[in-house]
Amino acid sequence: MVTKESILSWLDEVCDPEIPVLSLADLGVLRGVEYLNDEWQITITPTYSGCPAMKTMEDDILLKLKEHGVEAKVHLVLSPAWTTDWLSESGRKKLKDFGIAPPENEVDKSVLFAAQTVVPCPRCNSRETKMVSQFGSTACKAHYQCLICSEPFDYFKCLK
Amino acid sequence: MKNEALYNYVLRLGDDSLILGQRLGEWCGHGPILEEDIAMTNISLDLIGQAMSLLDYAGVLDGQGKDHDSLAFLRFENEYRNALLLEQPNGDFANTMMRQFLFDAFRKPLYEKLLESTDKQIAAIAEKSLKETRYHLKHTSEWVIRLGDGTDESHQRAQTALDLLWRYTDELFFQTEEDTTLISLGMVPSMSEIKAEWSKTVLSVLEESTLVIPTNNWQFEGGRRGMHSEHLGFLLADLQYMQRAYPNMKW
Repeated sequence: MVTKESILSWLDEVCDPEIPVLSLADLGVLRGVEYLNDEWQITITPTYSGCPAMKTMEDDILLKLKEHGVEAKVHLVLSPAWTTDWLSESGRKKLKDFGIAPPENEVDKSVLFAAQTVVPCPRCNSRETKMVSQFGSTACKAHYQCLICSEPFDYFKCLK
Repeated sequence: MKNEALYNYVLRLGDDSLILGQRLGEWCGHGPILEEDIAMTNISLDLIGQAMSLLDYAGVLDGQGKDHDSLAFLRFENEYRNALLLEQPNGDFANTMMRQFLFDAFRKPLYEKLLESTDKQIAAIAEKSLKETRYHLKHTSEWVIRLGDGTDESHQRAQTALDLLWRYTDELFFQTEEDTTLISLGMVPSMSEIKAEWSKTVLSVLEESTLVIPTNNWQFEGGRRGMHSEHLGFLLADLQYMQRAYPNMKW
């Protein structure tokens, strides 16, 4: 008998193709699992509008469920819009262990040069780091460098 | 009739994002420094993503089974409704940043108002896109100030860009007769509200940049009615090539 719990535990194995240490649930992209109209309905939301990983995530979800003999439909919703608040605690830890600084809990919404958020280095934990670029290797990251150990690292941008 | 008006409105938003996204993407591999190359292509990706959401919704409103791909790849030049500003060639880095800044300063207040739209899907797209647009505006405002209030050469280039692009800014606030129906239904805001917000942002950033608004205020328009500059044809030839050469191809 397939239950919501079993679906959720199978989906725990489906990861973000760009950040393979994070499951879709860790990332907060997985928004709902429901049985409706004789079919499992899986709801996901994009991190960024143009995130090219969304299609892969959808395919991976369907493939994983198929392995367990379950047919499902995947729906993409835009609202409520994804925020880094939905990143789980375990997700934040996994990010740091992977070398990506997790989002600091403040977002800069000002238009002009504002004081930059302090982002500790994921390698040596120093708080003396500098932003190299507001944009990074994927839409959800910015590029930083540690001034103590010189490590260049990705910062998972805070989005609220 | 209500749906047709909304279709035209959403198409304008979608085409603005699509055409500017395509233009910015031309910088890929050609940015003045690696970080800015990445920044411009990141912004381009956000714009293409927003175009997908908007054009998909336009397809739904149209009700003839069109989606973002068919709307992006299979229309003729005079069927695009983007503002002329967005199809202008990239020029130098100052010109690209100025064009992006003038657009971001328009898009941010527009999305803020569309959050309150009585049309649920428009509100959802605005909610998603606003967060991205705020980030873009911060980036481009900083660059306009850095270039304008920078060296003699960067100042001169930024001023030249402003002189060249200012004539395309009025068209952003284009509003049709049928839009008034949408406004009265609370689906979209009045453009005069957006223009007031835009002016506030633009004036304060330009002041800090030590740049001057050109005294000649002659304005071009036409893109919103499908009357484009010669530049759009070349852009579309690039954008549409694969679908035109190999119809229905997928990869």
